[in-house]
Amino acid sequence: MTPSSSVEADRSLHLRVRALAGHRAVWPVVALLLIFAIDGVVSPGFFHIRVVEGRLFGNLIDILYRAVPTAVVALGMAVVIGTKGIDLSVGSVIAICGAVITWRIHAGDPHWLILLSALGVGVLCGLWNGFLVAVLDIQPIIATLILMVSGRGIGLMINLLYGGTNPSFNSPLLQGLSVGHIGLVPTRLILGVAIFAALWLLIRRTALGLFLEAVGGNSPAANLAGVDARLVKYAAYLICGLCAAWSGVILAADTHTSDPVSIGLYIELDAILAVVIGGGSLSGGRIYLGMTILGALVIQTLTTSILTSGLPPEYNLVVKAVVVLIVLLLQSNNLRGALYAGFARKTG
Amino acid sequence: MQILKWLGCAAVGATMFFAGSSAFAVTIGFSQVGDEGDWRPAFSKDMQEEAKKEGIDLKFADAQGKEEEQLKAVRSFIAQKVDAIIIAPVVTTGWDQVLAEAKKAGIPVFLADRDVDVADKSLFVTRISADFNLEGRLAGAWLAQASKGNCNIVELQGTVGSAPAIERKKGFEAVISLFPNMKIVKTQSGNFTTDGGKQVMEAFIKSTDNLKGICGVFAHNDNMQLGAIQAMKEAGLKPGKDFLMVSVDYVPAEKEALAAGDANASVELRSAIGKYIYPVVTDYLKDKKDLPKWIVIPSDLHTAATPAN
Repeated sequence: MTPSSSVEADRSLHLRVRALAGHRAVWPVVALLLIFAIDGVVSPGFFHIRVVEGRLFGNLIDILYRAVPTAVVALGMAVVIGTKGIDLSVGSVIAICGAVITWRIHAGDPHWLILLSALGVGVLCGLWNGFLVAVLDIQPIIATLILMVSGRGIGLMINLLYGGTNPSFNSPLLQGLSVGHIGLVPTRLILGVAIFAALWLLIRRTALGLFLEAVGGNSPAANLAGVDARLVKYAAYLICGLCAAWSGVILAADTHTSDPVSIGLYIELDAILAVVIGGGSLSGGRIYLGMTILGALVIQTLTTSILTSGLPPEYNLVVKAVVVLIVLLLQSNNLRGALYAGFARKTG
Repeated sequence: MQILKWLGCAAVGATMFFAGSSAFAVTIGFSQVGDEGDWRPAFSKDMQEEAKKEGIDLKFADAQGKEEEQLKAVRSFIAQKVDAIIIAPVVTTGWDQVLAEAKKAGIPVFLADRDVDVADKSLFVTRISADFNLEGRLAGAWLAQASKGNCNIVELQGTVGSAPAIERKKGFEAVISLFPNMKIVKTQSGNFTTDGGKQVMEAFIKSTDNLKGICGVFAHNDNMQLGAIQAMKEAGLKPGKDFLMVSVDYVPAEKEALAAGDANASVELRSAIGKYIYPVVTDYLKDKKDLPKWIVIPSDLHTAATPAN
């Protein structure tokens, strides 16, 4: 091998590493693997999976299982963010759905109807947000802030309709969807995958995805090109409301009760974070559904790892913040560019 | 002029006479924080009902969680010359000025629930409230007795940094430290919510190999304990039978869990505390002697065997 060809091979390897480093999936995956590596050292048996009570049981299952509500909300959030919008009200939508579910169960409605009512509430909330953003042209962060602030109050008012407490309930249907399992696999996981698949087909196999990204990229230009930006934004908020409602069903049925003050608290922040870790930009124009799921998994893996690690609870939030910061720094093209430049200067 | 003076003397005399007799209706101003959660509305309702029972003329003011509303209410009580003022403070600071005004007007001030931070402690008569630390000690004492001093415990903490979480933990630890074979092996925050308690317990179950060697679960409130019970049941464990379950609050759902045998004990955080507060106030109005700066409302511990009341 002549020296020049070795340099060439070196360069092509260098380029390939660089291209790989630039791929958006790499850094969240690296972060995930790093967290797993630390788990393996800190808590032996972390990856152990067995069958308990007729279903799969273990930390890895917990991560998937617990990530579902956040991931579903984050999928809706990814669509809205793709249109250069944002939806802060998802946690409140969950609170309203939970309150409606407990209220209607105590009123004695058939449970399939309650499921539809809860999803209907999500649609209504989505239409409300869509109306404020698309028709009245209010900035999304302010428009959805209105429902975010009032939603938990609305949940409390619904509670007042039948006594003002948060009673527990039993519903084989709803609990089956949330904590039940089909074969060895938790139902919510199967349904979560189904929602992802449906949304992926809708966004990637119909023109809607193209319209959403066009509106997010440049709304006036999309309008000139014949895309009804108003209708497209409506659709985005509706999808997001529906996703939040589904998450509300899962969360309320999970604990057999629904406290509007605490259910799904700060889930909007985790959802936005999942979208951003997944490489989505808040300036819109791009929707990465698979990457958003990856983002949600990073967040939940972190949460579950902290809970199993035995770390004093005082450190939970700081550790979470530090890890998220590291992931985002790794993803930053500017920072990576600066590091490469520094590295090249030293070696060259 | 002479007549006026006589009238004044008669009025003062009459006031003193009536103040000494129990037939005189006492007027009390009560400034409440607001009506958040389940506990506070129940507390407000009890204060109003108990006042009716005691023949007290209660002026109730809801501050809607706002400090300035509360100060306004207290000043209006002073202007109305009530006999005594009870404050459930929204915040602990900023009280020196308005309490000094009440003192100048000769109206005694009592605190319910939260504390205030004032330089001059003589500005209020006393604070009457439950003791979070005592609740933790009671839970610890019950667990020590039930396990005969041998217990590996997992703990579900409340919101990190909140007063009930800090004090319940301290009280609980103070008692179990008396027993060499009692220790907390896992502790995490479940943020006082059912969902939080359930998630933390799910993680504990995995990290301790199905709670191997664990004998008791102490949760800083019932909601977290109810979540933990669900997580344990879903993992095929038997809370209440194979594990001693003790928590604080005694909410309706916890009563059901106790009755069903899924939980073993709960320390009650009373909302019906008017019957502890009013006698202190009325006794003080009859006989103005110095009281300790904190009067603790006794905590009650309910077990599955205790009949619900």
